[in-house]
Amino acid sequence: MSRSASKGLWANIMLNIKNLHVKLEDEDKVILRGVDLTVEAGKVHAIMGPNGSGKSTLSYVLSGRDGYEVTDGSAELEGEELLDMDPEERAAAGLFLAFQYPVEIPGVGNMTFLRTALNAQRKARGEEEVSAGDFLKLVREKAASLKIDADMMKRPVNVGFSGGEKKRNEILQMALLEPKMCILDETDSGLDVDAMKLVADGVNALRSEGRGFLVITHYQRLLDHIKPDVVHIMANGRIVLTGGPELALEVEKNGYTDILAGVE
Amino acid sequence: MALEENLSELEVREGVDRETIETVHAMSGKYKHGWETEIEMEFAPKGLNEDIVRLISAKNDEPEWLTEWRLAAYRRWVEMTEPTWAMVDYPEIDYQDIYYYAKPKSMEVKPKSLDEVDPKLLATYAKLGIPLKEQALLAGVEGAEPARPVAVDAVFDSVSVGTTFQAELAKAGVIFCSISEAVREHPELVKKYLGSVVPQSDNFFATLNAAVFSDGSFVYIPEGVKCPMELSTYFRINAENTGQFERTLIVAEKGSYVSYLEGCTAPKRDTNQLHAAVVELVILEDAEIKYSTVQNWFPGDENGKGGIYNFVTKRADCRGDRAKVMWTQVETGSAITWKYPSCILRGNESQGEFYSIAIANNAQQADTGTKMIHLGKNTRSRIVSKGISAGKAQNTYRGQVTMHPKAQNSRNYTQCDSLLIGDQCGAHTVPYIEVKNNSSRVEHEATTSKVDDDQLFYCRSRGMDEEEAVALVVNGFCKEVLQALPMEFAMEAQALVAISLEGSVG
Repeated sequence: MSRSASKGLWANIMLNIKNLHVKLEDEDKVILRGVDLTVEAGKVHAIMGPNGSGKSTLSYVLSGRDGYEVTDGSAELEGEELLDMDPEERAAAGLFLAFQYPVEIPGVGNMTFLRTALNAQRKARGEEEVSAGDFLKLVREKAASLKIDADMMKRPVNVGFSGGEKKRNEILQMALLEPKMCILDETDSGLDVDAMKLVADGVNALRSEGRGFLVITHYQRLLDHIKPDVVHIMANGRIVLTGGPELALEVEKNGYTDILAGVE
Repeated sequence: MALEENLSELEVREGVDRETIETVHAMSGKYKHGWETEIEMEFAPKGLNEDIVRLISAKNDEPEWLTEWRLAAYRRWVEMTEPTWAMVDYPEIDYQDIYYYAKPKSMEVKPKSLDEVDPKLLATYAKLGIPLKEQALLAGVEGAEPARPVAVDAVFDSVSVGTTFQAELAKAGVIFCSISEAVREHPELVKKYLGSVVPQSDNFFATLNAAVFSDGSFVYIPEGVKCPMELSTYFRINAENTGQFERTLIVAEKGSYVSYLEGCTAPKRDTNQLHAAVVELVILEDAEIKYSTVQNWFPGDENGKGGIYNFVTKRADCRGDRAKVMWTQVETGSAITWKYPSCILRGNESQGEFYSIAIANNAQQADTGTKMIHLGKNTRSRIVSKGISAGKAQNTYRGQVTMHPKAQNSRNYTQCDSLLIGDQCGAHTVPYIEVKNNSSRVEHEATTSKVDDDQLFYCRSRGMDEEEAVALVVNGFCKEVLQALPMEFAMEAQALVAISLEGSVG
């Protein structure tokens, strides 16, 4: 099947997860037990759920982290199977994960990191690399809206960054790499209200018709700032409930236990 | 906030990082200098005895005093035993199974100019990216701004093939030539300084070198002169079963300055080859020498077959007050590395610095570090060592810091970081600290870390492939040392760091 044909077929569907089963590679611990989820282009889906429900595992499996074994199911990005690709191929195909705990890389300037990443993706897609001058212009433009200053760009990646700076840096990477499908893994964790608002503004600015979002969060508060189109509740490795934004409010009000009791 | 403030600085550094990655990708195969030049050679008979020492001396048309100096060294060497304290393990070396002198036949009559040099030799250096024409830059860094010329002395096995920019340097009073030429042209200087920093019988390998040394470089910077360009020597071992025993001597007179770089490569061979060099630096009042090494001798194959045994004695003597020396080394090659570039801080307020990256991959073994001997008052030294171990390699930092009773108010700072890739390699730190007065201060910090899977995954999730990710993380680890190198070589060194670690992950 040619790429264009597949694109036609999935015109509006960005991410399509079917019956995804995942266990830990080293032990017999099953984490995902048949996840079904479809994210359309232009939409923001939120996944909520109690601790240990498998939310973060879903984000890691989609982005290709080692340590997990997919025992069944599929996950397609615009009709292409993600699970067969290396992490860097998934990135080049347009997948982006904003980490819950962004990793520190001592000695590597943030600017160097961003440019290496951008050019690696462009190269993989057969596009021309961005020159140092053009890159600086691009960064300056994107950084200003996230209140990221020159000093933060020169410092080593995430080293000595505050919680807020780390998360803003993730969103800056997202803005620069212009992915088609963005996954935000508990981006609100460790943020105060002001920092959360900055991050949410950054994400909202990136919302567009051609881009899908999957926002993973424990609490409803982030969804006050990033308004979701669809809310899913995940429990015990499955999506157990799907609804509109009102579902998030219900979680906030009644807690997971009550909602899940109604489902079982 | 003003991003543009740092625009030019960033562009340069960014350019370096980008090109590094490109270079790494462009190079396939593990060791790119492993080819051999087919050229007719003249060898001295295999083995070592007084006749061989005399023969080497005669080949270089040396004066009587130098022949005697060599013979005295040889007689001492016969009495000495090979040191075994280093954390390296290798089969016994048969010193009678080595050629001590090898010279291309076409160099029988020393060419008068570079135009007369055997085209095969010129082609060898061209292929290595070393310009023997007096062009502005080393190959591979064209386009780097601002363009600065680099003078090169090219040493092929036992002889210097040629030295560039001599005329231009002479205008500034700088002497830059092979040591054999210096013996003929400037005997008074050689006689005065040779062996004055590393005595004839300093240690087993240095004594061997004193007996059989062939070519190396000689540099003399007169009083008050800032050398107008970077100087460099490029060492190539080509002939099989042949040792290379170069000797380098640099003298910086009062208030002078020079930056010097040496590079080293050798063909891939199944057998081990011996390299025992001596480098002596003499630094007088207010003078400064920066000495950088990019050592990329053949490291042997994945299983440890072949490779260079690199036993080197390097020492700087800060004889005058406020003299400064800075050693920077990037050691990526060799099967065995045994090397401790040292600083004798004799002058008051003299300063010594040592910046080192030592990479040991596969079956390589490195035991390297420095000695800072504080003799003068208010002397300062700084040691920054970055050791990287991968595969089954063993990497040892061995460093000595001594504060003598007269070295009042002196300071040393040592930072010693080890990075492990995989779980079969080893990193060791062996500091020796001696403080014999109570006004001096010595600080030592050491860390050991592993290349973290989380770091690699983070890079890959942003689009970098695994090798790019490792290169980025390791170059970050080495950054402080890479920044100490001259700009032109920092890029080559970064690429080399990445190449040396190819295949170390996954």
